[in-house]
Amino acid sequence: MGCNIVLMCLAIPGKVMKIRGSVALVDYGGVIKEARIDFVPDVKEGDYVIVHTGFAIEKMDEKAAKRSIEAWNEVLGDI
Amino acid sequence: MVQEFVNKLIRGIFMEAEKIGREVKFMDVCGTHEDTINRGGIRPLLPKNVKIFAGPGCPVCITPVEDIVAMMEIAKRRDMIITTFGDMYRIPTPMGSFADFRARGYDVRVVYSIYDAYKIAMKNKKMVVHFSPGFETTTAPTAGMLEEVWNKGVENFKIYSVHRLTPPAVEFLIQQGSIFDGLITPGHVSAIIGVKGWKYITEKYSVPQVISGFEPEDVLLSIYMLLKMLNDEEISIKNEYERVVKYEGNPVAQKSIEEFFEVRDAKWRALGTIPKSGLYLKSKYEYLDIRSHVDVEVPHLPDLERGCRCGEVLRGLILPQECPLFAKVCTPQNPIGPCMVSYEGTCQIFYKYGSLLG
Repeated sequence: MGCNIVLMCLAIPGKVMKIRGSVALVDYGGVIKEARIDFVPDVKEGDYVIVHTGFAIEKMDEKAAKRSIEAWNEVLGDI
Repeated sequence: MVQEFVNKLIRGIFMEAEKIGREVKFMDVCGTHEDTINRGGIRPLLPKNVKIFAGPGCPVCITPVEDIVAMMEIAKRRDMIITTFGDMYRIPTPMGSFADFRARGYDVRVVYSIYDAYKIAMKNKKMVVHFSPGFETTTAPTAGMLEEVWNKGVENFKIYSVHRLTPPAVEFLIQQGSIFDGLITPGHVSAIIGVKGWKYITEKYSVPQVISGFEPEDVLLSIYMLLKMLNDEEISIKNEYERVVKYEGNPVAQKSIEEFFEVRDAKWRALGTIPKSGLYLKSKYEYLDIRSHVDVEVPHLPDLERGCRCGEVLRGLILPQECPLFAKVCTPQNPIGPCMVSYEGTCQIFYKYGSLLG
């Protein structure tokens, strides 16, 4: 229920595999690339991040992604 | 579930659009949103009275020709490696593009990230200059890299900043008379500057905004939310992209940008000078700015080839198919204007998806 949307939303960002100093290895559904993590200081391995031109600009909040499905349905009401 | 949700969303959009009973016009200011709208076939799907126009959402399209030419003139005077992004590389100027410049024997390299440019500098003794375009989302990585360059005292890495700010451009369009009923606000710019970075546009100009994500569902929901606000006579800014964008934005990135850059009036190609819209290195950090090492003067050059309507496309006044050059003489293989070059340029996106429906 709602999983497809959640997965799809999470498909844009990558998953942090390994952190070495200010660089992380990020997995974009099989393609692994380096990304700088200077701007997400509290990022942990296993987190999802939005990466723009090689820098993680924000963490993707998995809980918020799931919540947003409920919020979306709420916004739409009984259409 | 997805299908059910989308169907519900489209029903909602049609209901709200009917209730409004007049033509409404929304603007996006992000090439990635424009890509989503075209890829998702959203325009033809919408009620006839709901129109979406694309604003200046393409940083390389608005990079002044004079700066591109100045960068090339600088490289003629001192041996260096120029790095820049793939779409910047092909942007035409009256003196040719960076790609043409490379064909003449100069060392210009395409990078995916300023971090890659930095790595080239680490492996070379030669000076590496990153020609650095982009809005807030790209400025943050530039500031982050400069922090490392500065702290480590790296001597052979400089930048040429043509970074620009997005909200002042939206404000400028409003002041210039572009009329739209709501803004589909760029999600990844907002990840940096936060909801708070856009709030003043709504407060000062009464323009409803929805900060939007990049899936077709995100954009459809944002359109629905804008229509609903219009019907409810609510003027506010909402955040549809809560899974990434916070009210405060990313304070670490903001601090880094503020440390290195100061805001000044700046030219936007085909739009003119926009007050307080350009980011330049502070005098404290001028050592990192190639322009403080090699000074060149470039005369004023024409922004566009005759007949090219990229300026009107960037203002959200027309869609690409209204330009007589579009898809006839101007194609991605042979671009006449900057809007046809970049993957974020409205003309290139329309060409790619064949979006000739309105």
